[in-house]
Amino acid sequence: MKIIILGAGQVGRTAAYHLSREEANDVTVIDVNEEILRDLQDRLDIRTVNGNAASPRILEAAGIASTDILVALTNSDEVNMLACQIAWTLYRTPKKIARVRSSDYTERERLFGENGVAVDVWISPEQLVTEYVARLIRYPGALQVLDFADGRVRLVGIRALQGGPLVGQALRTLREHIPSADARVAAIYRAGKSIKPEGTTVIEDGDEVFFLAARKDIRMVMKEMRREEAPARRVVIAGGGNIGVRLARELEDRNQVKLIERDQRRARRVSEQLDRTIVLNGDAADEELLLEENIDSADVFAALTNSEEANILSAMLAKRLGAHKVMAIINKPSYAELIESGSIDVAISPQTVTIGSLLAHVRRGDVVRVHSLRRGAAEALEVVVHGDADNSKVIGRRIEDIALPEGTTLGAVVRGEDVIIAHHDTTVQPDDHLILFLTDRRHIDAVEKLFQGSASFL
Amino acid sequence: MKDTLLPVAHVFALVMMVFAAAMLAPMIMAVWELDPALWSFVLSAVTTFLLGALLWLGTRRFKRELKTRDGLMLVALTWVVLPAVAGFPLWKYLPINYTDAYFEAASGLTTTGGTVLSGLEYLPHSINLWRCLLSWIGGMGIVVLAVAILPMLGVGGMQIYRAEMPGPMKDSKLTPRIGQTAKLLWAIYGGLTVACIVCLKFAGMNWFDAVCHGFSAVSLGGFSNYDASIGHFNSLSIELVLTAFEILAALNFATHFLAYSQRGISAYFRDAEAKAVVSVLAASCIGISVFLFLKGIYPDYPTALRESLFNVVSIATDSGLHTQDYSRWPIFAPMWMIFLSCIVASSGSTGGGIKMIRTLVLSKQAHRELNQLVHPSMVRPLKVGGGVIANRVVFAVLAFVFLYFMSIVTLIFIQLASGLDFLTALSSIIACMNNAGPGLGLVGPGSNYGILTDFQTWVCSIAMLLGRLEIFTLLVLFTPTLWRK
Repeated sequence: MKIIILGAGQVGRTAAYHLSREEANDVTVIDVNEEILRDLQDRLDIRTVNGNAASPRILEAAGIASTDILVALTNSDEVNMLACQIAWTLYRTPKKIARVRSSDYTERERLFGENGVAVDVWISPEQLVTEYVARLIRYPGALQVLDFADGRVRLVGIRALQGGPLVGQALRTLREHIPSADARVAAIYRAGKSIKPEGTTVIEDGDEVFFLAARKDIRMVMKEMRREEAPARRVVIAGGGNIGVRLARELEDRNQVKLIERDQRRARRVSEQLDRTIVLNGDAADEELLLEENIDSADVFAALTNSEEANILSAMLAKRLGAHKVMAIINKPSYAELIESGSIDVAISPQTVTIGSLLAHVRRGDVVRVHSLRRGAAEALEVVVHGDADNSKVIGRRIEDIALPEGTTLGAVVRGEDVIIAHHDTTVQPDDHLILFLTDRRHIDAVEKLFQGSASFL
Repeated sequence: MKDTLLPVAHVFALVMMVFAAAMLAPMIMAVWELDPALWSFVLSAVTTFLLGALLWLGTRRFKRELKTRDGLMLVALTWVVLPAVAGFPLWKYLPINYTDAYFEAASGLTTTGGTVLSGLEYLPHSINLWRCLLSWIGGMGIVVLAVAILPMLGVGGMQIYRAEMPGPMKDSKLTPRIGQTAKLLWAIYGGLTVACIVCLKFAGMNWFDAVCHGFSAVSLGGFSNYDASIGHFNSLSIELVLTAFEILAALNFATHFLAYSQRGISAYFRDAEAKAVVSVLAASCIGISVFLFLKGIYPDYPTALRESLFNVVSIATDSGLHTQDYSRWPIFAPMWMIFLSCIVASSGSTGGGIKMIRTLVLSKQAHRELNQLVHPSMVRPLKVGGGVIANRVVFAVLAFVFLYFMSIVTLIFIQLASGLDFLTALSSIIACMNNAGPGLGLVGPGSNYGILTDFQTWVCSIAMLLGRLEIFTLLVLFTPTLWRK
């Protein structure tokens, strides 16, 4: 697929990296900063064009006329929308994805509707990250909580700890432990390496376990992996940026939220937007301020400022001062690796959260949702199967008969409103949504082929 | 060092195995003609393939994705080692020593076209085909060819491309993927070659001569299968065909691609470099023809123009085919031709030398400096053909030209110290460095490089490799930081 990415910011660069890694994609990146482009071109097999992303001349130079997907990720909503509009009006580009941050635009559905601005899909990284953090807070103990089928099925990443009834036991016993709920362990990572989960696999202390379950069963399964934690009550947010404010608004009805913002004027504005949150003006790395606000009794401390270094430091400080669980936004993958093994409980990578929603659009076949995991090494996806038993390699077959590529687990099937946790004898039917987990995304090609046979028939 | 060299060697082994496949062409030729060189080619092909396979298996443990420095290393390694392999059948079959065989193969691969052999028309066809095929493979770049056909070289491909393609500005690719860009370049190159071969056939050559000279002309190599080169044919139509294709090959292949994709020739008129190449060539041909006519070398002006057109274009574009022993012309003419060989070829073409774009950049820079003296606070970007050239590029060009001249001067002194006369030393080094072919004096078009001592031949081989890889790629091997972890 021919893809043009506008903007070589953090999200743009990550998108270029993930998309160009796949042999089938031809990626061109447009940005105004020549230095960044040169650096990017040295490391990735892509083409770069230097110039204004919303200029037809520059878009033409990047080959917009034959492009399949335009991904507008510059830091200006207006440039992104205009570029999409230009691509559609002048060149009829089939798919246009734009980053639109401001809820001023996104709240008005008609704006991107028929006869509106020609944006097929808008993504708001801030919105995605906010939802992601909110889910993490709702499930204390989880490293990752990802939605499939509109939230009916969730993929949860959790670190197994001594004290969970299942730890030290074979996976097969999960059913005996909790007969009322059903779950499927999709992957286990032990010391960074993936282990194929089988009935006889024994979960050890410290394993990173990914499981799929219906939303209502998640808490029960989590209890098996580690001692249950009380739901978070007191939340402290550092940083009154877009993410911080959105998160506070989302949580303030059910939790006691404090938000620390350094800039006085910004703090005033934030306090006007929020109702029940306590907005504090000060430095999140100020020990006295944290102590004064009883950081030691906080259930969650989330450092969500723009500066990842500040996030790391304030989160570490909060942890030392007694905050129960600390999270920080960390953009650099290498930092994230460093930190998660240390004193910060959860590293949130905005790019990884965002990239999944882009990847879903470049996949062949009818892929509804893609989540990128473990810094892009693994992937979880939701695929809709079409066709019938004759033209599809999966429909009408039992799961044990489907030739899944190595490292791939079929975790769950969503049929209409029902969630069916996959067992070896589950039979796939037309229009099922299948949730797959790939421990090695290099096999994505094979997975796409497996499900595409039917898609081309449409 | 082990960590740097072995992963590169692993990829290099693949290049070697691909290269062994290239020996199939002369092998088939030898079978066809039942000529005695067959055994040499079979032996060389098998040895090359086995060496490559062994190296590949031996370094499998070190397989990893190539990094920036690895690309440079791979290209440099390929160009230094492959002539040794390519020269093997020549050494095995012909009565020459290994020094001369390496020179001959390097001369082919770097598209220089200077030869150590004489009595070319009496050699088996397979040997001549191999010489010309070497030129053709080297013309667009061996490693770029490997990138085009081996998908696993994708990562780090940009470095390879940059290290092997001539010219100062190599950040713009024709297509997003390096593999596709390489394929495209080779497709244009192949298309031009086929067109040239067909035209030569219609101009009166037999198929074998047409193929050899087609390879030679489009790669701007310069090998011929006749001692008298194109003079052997004494045919105006052949000379015109070759001249046309040499000029085409001396233009940037990216411009050819643009012209092809736009189905029109407007791209050539927008390319400042192409315009400069054509104007310099036209002015020089007319100037030299008038000069030769006035000096009374040729009795009538049309003959003077014909000889000047072919030989000037051929030497200036660094091809090196010739119809006349132009070294016997009054010294102004051959010296001017040698000077042209330094500057005329375009970046992204198969020619050698400084490249026209660098000449343009430097002359504009000189102009800017002069203006700056008069208007000290003037702000003026350096523009070539309407596009602004970044200062970074200007500095890179300056550094390149400095290294280019220093290399030439150093190598000339080495040749002088070894006992060569001044004209031969000067012209052999410049001709080798520019990948032009024949020099003047002892190594002029009337004789060949076989006359040099072994030591002098090696110096010329080094000059050819330096020139083909635009110095930086080869010199970087001697940079200590490359070898540090």
